[in-house]
Amino acid sequence: MERVAVVGVGMTKQDEHWNKSIRDLSVEAGGVALKDARLEGKDIQALFVGNMSAGRFVGQEHMAALAADQAGLLPIPATRCEAACASGSLAFRKAYLSILSGEYDIVMVGGTEKMTDIKGAGAISALMGAGDQEWESATGLTFTGLYAIMARAYMNKYGLTREELALVPVKNHKHGLNNPYAQFRYEVTVENVINSPLIADPLRLLDCSPLTDGSAAVILASEEAAKRFENPIWVLGSGQASDTLALHNRQSITEIASSQIAARIAYEKSGLKPDDIDVAEVHDCFSIEEILAYEDLGFAERGKGKDLLLNKDTYVGGRIPVNTDGGLKLGHPVGATGIKQIIEIARQLRGNSFNQVKDARIGLTHNIGGTGATALVHIFGKE
Amino acid sequence: MIMPYRSSVPLFWRMKKSKYGLIGTRCVTCNYLYFPPRPLCPKCRSKGKIEDFQFSGEGKIISFTIIRVPPEGFEKYTPYAVGMIKMKEGPLLEGQIVGDVNSVDIGQSVKTVFRRIYEDNSDGLIHYGLKWKIVS
Repeated sequence: MERVAVVGVGMTKQDEHWNKSIRDLSVEAGGVALKDARLEGKDIQALFVGNMSAGRFVGQEHMAALAADQAGLLPIPATRCEAACASGSLAFRKAYLSILSGEYDIVMVGGTEKMTDIKGAGAISALMGAGDQEWESATGLTFTGLYAIMARAYMNKYGLTREELALVPVKNHKHGLNNPYAQFRYEVTVENVINSPLIADPLRLLDCSPLTDGSAAVILASEEAAKRFENPIWVLGSGQASDTLALHNRQSITEIASSQIAARIAYEKSGLKPDDIDVAEVHDCFSIEEILAYEDLGFAERGKGKDLLLNKDTYVGGRIPVNTDGGLKLGHPVGATGIKQIIEIARQLRGNSFNQVKDARIGLTHNIGGTGATALVHIFGKE
Repeated sequence: MIMPYRSSVPLFWRMKKSKYGLIGTRCVTCNYLYFPPRPLCPKCRSKGKIEDFQFSGEGKIISFTIIRVPPEGFEKYTPYAVGMIKMKEGPLLEGQIVGDVNSVDIGQSVKTVFRRIYEDNSDGLIHYGLKWKIVS
């Protein structure tokens, strides 16, 4: 089958960008990606943009056309893709499929979000748009609350302790220490986590991803077009699955079925298995989700996810390092997050990450929307 | 439904039966019960037949959280407990649990009560709905 490669990557710092608008951030990330690929705007044949809710965050819909316009890419087709926090990976998959279809040779995929132009409560309500508006939002739930319900159910079922759950942010803060793109760069201890303010019991401030402004972009090339690039990173497998929008319609609230199905598809397409993965970026929007991801992706048995943290398996230097850039805890500009994860995997496979995994050859990204109504898994390789 | 500045009365009027009357749906073909109601049985699809089904409003708490940082419109009620309730008839549903947030626990039996939910930011429309009360 025809192959597709990532040939350029670029991102803004994940931050509260008080002096930059969503258009500034989008153009900046795309420009860095073009420069990285040594391409010019005229080389790009189509643009896909992952964006969850510019409409709620800044009152701006029609985000893909705006990005193409501001970046000087007119009149190429520009398409916005939305699947809540999985919008970035969804845009990536659509761009990937557009090249596989034979329609394009070189495509840009961006992810962009500006979350701090509105007040915190407004951002919390906008994010809750990823859940069931009629039945979940109406109870006063927040996304932290939904994951808190999952966390408590999991802790009750498998005996995970509050201290063990804190090992997720402890690891990820340590991993992000040298990440110049991270919103926060400091280490935290278990004591810091379990004494940080309660947001939705049992989840505390340091369990939660922050509100972030940021954009990220990658350039994809067909197998033929990729020949002229020095360091292509190949897409080996792409999987996507959906589940019920509302948490209350799930068979189980202590696992994410869509993650399992998307992973199974990506493993099948790539001919690889969980043991083959050298480095992974998983969707740790809240601490509990990283542990669920370990199990849903096949890195750990059900109920045993915490062992990977206790044994330091998911630390750089361990068996399967996870979230080497610090993960979503250190910045979660929702629509950009999926692309940001892919960029870290590209850095790892190119061998130029600021938290490099030795001899990383195969990498995986896992990005979910809402409580898992959408899940995407991508697998990448050097050859 | 949380749509600050946009809520109109018909939005609530059309949900009267389900939201206030606890009328969900049952698929006659496979006998599966749905709450919230669904317009189509996802198991049977075109072979399914949906009819109204009255739920009892009784259930058990299988998990819960206490919201300390609320969305818009819920500020003055914070902190409040929200549970995942397993309804007696089978479906799960999230709902606020009234009373002292520190008294909530997994395994408690609950039943529905009619309460104020929140006030609209724009025109002061008061939204009512069902919450859950601990019975044992």
